[in-house]
Amino acid sequence: MLEVKDLHVRVEGKEILKGVSLKIPKGETHVMFGPNGSGKTTLMLAIAGFPGYDVTSGRILLDKKDITNLEINERAKLGLGIAFQNPPEIRGIKLGGMLKICSGKNPKDGFNESEMNLIRRFNLADFLDRDVNLGFSGGERKRAELLQLMFQKPKLLLLDEPDSGVDIESLKRIGEEIQSYVAKTRNSAFVITHQGYILDYLNAKRACVMVDGQIHCSGRPKSILEKIVKSGYRKCVKCRKFEKP
Amino acid sequence: MQEIREALNKKAKFGEDLDLRVYGRKAKKRSRVSELSRIPHDILKSAYETGIREKERAGSFFQIDHSAMLSKVNEKFEGQVEVMTVKDALKKYPWLRDYYWKAVDVTADKYTARAELEFDDGYFFRILKGAKVTFPLQSCLFIAQRNFNQNVHNIIIAEENSKAQIITGCTLHQGVERALHIGISEFFIRKNAKLTFTMIHRWNDNADVRPRTVALVDDNATFASNYILLNPVRSLQMYPAVFCNGKNSVARLNSIIHATRNTNVDIGSKIVLNGENSRGEVVSRVIGRDSSGVIARGMLEGNVKTGKAHLECRGLLLSDNAYIHSIPELIGRKEGVDLSHEAAVGKIADKEINYLRARGLNEEEATALIVRGFLDVRIMGLPEKIEDEIRKLVDATTKEAM
Repeated sequence: MLEVKDLHVRVEGKEILKGVSLKIPKGETHVMFGPNGSGKTTLMLAIAGFPGYDVTSGRILLDKKDITNLEINERAKLGLGIAFQNPPEIRGIKLGGMLKICSGKNPKDGFNESEMNLIRRFNLADFLDRDVNLGFSGGERKRAELLQLMFQKPKLLLLDEPDSGVDIESLKRIGEEIQSYVAKTRNSAFVITHQGYILDYLNAKRACVMVDGQIHCSGRPKSILEKIVKSGYRKCVKCRKFEKP
Repeated sequence: MQEIREALNKKAKFGEDLDLRVYGRKAKKRSRVSELSRIPHDILKSAYETGIREKERAGSFFQIDHSAMLSKVNEKFEGQVEVMTVKDALKKYPWLRDYYWKAVDVTADKYTARAELEFDDGYFFRILKGAKVTFPLQSCLFIAQRNFNQNVHNIIIAEENSKAQIITGCTLHQGVERALHIGISEFFIRKNAKLTFTMIHRWNDNADVRPRTVALVDDNATFASNYILLNPVRSLQMYPAVFCNGKNSVARLNSIIHATRNTNVDIGSKIVLNGENSRGEVVSRVIGRDSSGVIARGMLEGNVKTGKAHLECRGLLLSDNAYIHSIPELIGRKEGVDLSHEAAVGKIADKEINYLRARGLNEEEATALIVRGFLDVRIMGLPEKIEDEIRKLVDATTKEAM
């Protein structure tokens, strides 16, 4: 599904990612831990193809196709869907309009019954006519981000801290929806998480730890999280243990 | 009279000073018609672009050059509204003299003076006491004669406890070379009345436009004015003012300006709070493209302790050769008055474009969508049907410009 090979990325002239490699097979959920500023978001935005994230060497493959030099929207069309940590507020563009863009629906068409059910499950029916993210709470933003991806139906969900700043109920909803999407569609998910709260709801296969632009160890999510909680990220840097999948 | 003649040499405070000798005053005389459908087809077609409709209107007024051709109240609305030419109305109602030039100062500048000395009629809309008019009234002021100077004078009275919408379109034959439209509009919003006035301008690269508008708002009354300019204009300067004289009176002035090509406009909105607890709100959205220049003024004047008003001006610049000059002004004269403003001029944030691209849109589609959203018709608080009509106009014009 997704393969990142020895990726080096510069942002504003500074090397942030220093040789990152990872593989996310079809149907699997992987998570990534790491301290603030370690390069997690940079990796996600580089995979999604954001301008300003210059790949100086290495490659990104989606379903064996090299997407390293494709535009953001071309990657989206090939099946990458990203939920942002801090999505922008856009005046005059409604959440309902965003959902139609994501699913390629005609802006004039309404939502059908199953789409409305999905929207209601996310508790966002009252938000369809509101400008996207404008005045949304933390939890509402995260739910709105994920809901957009549910309409986009990507092959790979790229989720940047879907569990930060959300209440317990939203967390549960978000976690369950991600899990059910992956299970039902046999698509994949790559999730950045700080506290790992969302792991309670995900059947995540593997986790890795990013520190200072490199991946330092990987293995089963729960055991890695335990180690981080116990000894901090410094230990990960030293341990450099890569458990076989 | 002498004073008015002298005012003919008086430059306006803002905007390019126009030489009035450049424009002609002769145009074909057109006779009155009884139905909108009797207006020449090509002219009517242009009028549609400014929101004029044959159906679902309470009454219509149509003037071409100096000829008022149609003034008609829809049968269903007789007894609720009156629609007349101002010349007819002045003859029929001697009391109307007490309104004529009472809100706007005839000696304000050369354009007001010209409008009086070379008066070409205009519309009189009277919404009768207590009438709740469910369909909008409409008017169209049209220039068909090349090089013509059209001088209209409109009087609008919303009587006590009435409620109505007016849609007005000002436009010309797209082929007209050089033209000057001067439009005087005087609004009187009586106690507890509510009037929403939506004006759509559609000019061309050769048109000069000088509207002069003042509204007086009484106790518990609301005046909402929406202005829409989507197409190029050679020069346009206006600074409509609303005086909230009554207690609890409310004024809302919204404008959507899409400046393209060599458009050169100086557009302001002024609200003066005189009445106890009066409220004001100015919202404007300006897009600057190509080589256009927009000066967006705003003035809130608070002369009463309990007055409160806010001004919001957002500009989006889409070209290096265009400029947007935002000038918000606040004058407070009584302790306790609450006036505020926020103004921003910028470009489309990359973050917003990339967000939409990540959902599958290409860069052009994303830009178009953000521009469309920026020119948000919802700020005008119009009934759904009219909002849809105006949104369609905005969408069509912005699409064309992309």
